[in-house]
Amino acid sequence: MQERVHLTDKQINDDLLIGVETHPRWWFIAVGFLAIMVATAGGAFGYMINQGLGVTGLNRPVMWGFFITNFVFWVGISHAGVMISSILRLSQAEWRRPVTRAAEVLTIVALMTAMLFPLMHTGRPWRIMYWVFPYDFARGIWPNIRSPLVWDPSAIFTYLISASLFVFVALIPDLAVLRDRSTGPRKQIYGVLSLGWRGTPRQWRLQAIAGILLSALILPVFVSVHSIVSWDFGMTMAVSSWHSTIMAPYFVIGAVHSGVSAVVTVMILLRWAFKWEKYIRPEHLDGLGKLLVVVGTTWFYFFILEFLFGLYSQEAAEVSLRNLLIYQWPWNFMFFIFLATAFFIPIPMWLFRGVRRSVILMLLTSILVNIGMWLERFLIIVPGLTRKADFTFVWGTYRPSIIEIILVAASFAFVTLMILLFSKVFPLIPLFDQKEGKVLEATTRIGRRDVPSIVREE
Amino acid sequence: MSEKNEFKWGMVVDTDRCTGCQACVIACQAENNVSLNTEDRFHQRRAIEWIRIERYWEGEYPNVKAKFLPVLCQHCENAPCEPVCPVFATYHNNEGLNVQVYNRCVGTRYCANNDPYQVRFFNFWEPQWPKTLENQLNPDVTVRTRGIMEKCTFCVQRISRKQRELKNEGRDLVDGELKPACVQTCPTDALVFGNLKDPKSKVAKMAKGSRHYRLLESLGTEPNVIYLKKVEENV
Repeated sequence: MQERVHLTDKQINDDLLIGVETHPRWWFIAVGFLAIMVATAGGAFGYMINQGLGVTGLNRPVMWGFFITNFVFWVGISHAGVMISSILRLSQAEWRRPVTRAAEVLTIVALMTAMLFPLMHTGRPWRIMYWVFPYDFARGIWPNIRSPLVWDPSAIFTYLISASLFVFVALIPDLAVLRDRSTGPRKQIYGVLSLGWRGTPRQWRLQAIAGILLSALILPVFVSVHSIVSWDFGMTMAVSSWHSTIMAPYFVIGAVHSGVSAVVTVMILLRWAFKWEKYIRPEHLDGLGKLLVVVGTTWFYFFILEFLFGLYSQEAAEVSLRNLLIYQWPWNFMFFIFLATAFFIPIPMWLFRGVRRSVILMLLTSILVNIGMWLERFLIIVPGLTRKADFTFVWGTYRPSIIEIILVAASFAFVTLMILLFSKVFPLIPLFDQKEGKVLEATTRIGRRDVPSIVREE
Repeated sequence: MSEKNEFKWGMVVDTDRCTGCQACVIACQAENNVSLNTEDRFHQRRAIEWIRIERYWEGEYPNVKAKFLPVLCQHCENAPCEPVCPVFATYHNNEGLNVQVYNRCVGTRYCANNDPYQVRFFNFWEPQWPKTLENQLNPDVTVRTRGIMEKCTFCVQRISRKQRELKNEGRDLVDGELKPACVQTCPTDALVFGNLKDPKSKVAKMAKGSRHYRLLESLGTEPNVIYLKKVEENV
């Protein structure tokens, strides 16, 4: 916290509740446009239900394609919230304050989106209940707990519930502010939601304890979710390039890489949309940029390991997959784009302080990372399947259909739409956290200089 | 009869006898109500062939040799497709068959991914036959709807009918009287079906021969389909 912007409590309230209390025209236009995109995807999904999965580009060796890629991608994005909130909260990083809420909301929304995709990719989506909920209904048969597809919903629901609790606990003081500032039925709803918050010392203590407890408890969930998603692939012994023990840490760190980049993107868009220049400052982007350099480099290390392990085993299917990725059009083009966007362009750029503090450059690089990470999931899932077995007779290829492209594009619209809707009802930057940060601010005199510092009770 | 469970169904594929005529593919298609593989289904790579003849070319022109490998569901003892199904739509029965329960299947296609032999098929489209062919559908076999997996069953309908017959007549199975459609049709007797638990049966004897191997044995799936190596005469 080097830069200090002095704001009164009143001004913080006014600025941060701008989304809830004002009704700018761009918000309605954006929501309308996004809603049309989501509705289009609904139509595409209906068509797919009506016609069968034949309308996708899936075929015999490539049974999983765009939908599962997108599922893994959004689960990856959802890792950002917890990464930012709990780790930074537990390590008492001061610069986290304006970043946390948006990251957590992104987590929840991304998880909800991710969950839709494995469900809509099944042949008979109306029967999902049989494995998503561990309940036997009328068939006298429980879900097969040996299947990673049963672990998936368990992990994701656990994560979704804990992340929602996490957001809610942090929202309570802000809901009380909203209750006090609103009138009519809104006041009643906010009143119920704020659970009788009056800001007594006991309530503050309980809220702080709950926040810290949840941060600590959610961390194992956060690691487990993407590990379990990776086991969908790691447990598949028939696809030799998936069948690797490195999948879990590789996926988790990749998820953090794409997730934190997505948080940067969202923060910059919010700063621009709600004019929060005083709150989301270059120093926050600087902090996230440094974090991303570490995360991205670790991820790249795992990527190299995964690639080398595949070659080291000298299995025919593995070698043919690497051949495909390096020498064969268009896979090598995608592979090149993936490497450039996920690592070689952004990470060296983030090494420079000037880039980390430039809003526009951070926006561009963070978007690049997510293009790369989407391609990474695609390049793990699809080429692995096309070069699945040793029988060259059944090697295949894959080309997504328009239906799949629409549904994947609409998932991005859906996430944006949900965040915009959230911003209409709840503040996306925690008010109380800002004020808490202000209370803790102090100046320490070191030699002849006044250095900004933080005073905290232990 | 079945209480004692004296059956373990298995097949021997003699690749030396296979001429690649594809009669087994057609027979299977007719017996098991497999929908018609039209040209565009092949182009979409969504053709359904419970048994297929893989054709591999060996050598340089003019010394080219075609090698044929009939591949069907291997009915593995340790089947990788079974544990990954979230709804138990595929499981192992006590006669060594890998069974697909169509009504349970939700179509996650995970079993197809975890199947190293690629013998599981997904119904991407509703199965369709020309009007005139609808009357020749086998009444003993379910027509699979779109959205579910299907695969070779070793003609389980023939197996259970034969078992009912044996129970009514109170006698034991005579080796060779029970044949899936592909075995029944094979003109060169490249496919042999029988009870691997009966040491006197033809399959059990052939499976012990010096030429035997199993597909992708290194994966440890322990298939119940045993292949016999080609005898190279003019190497």
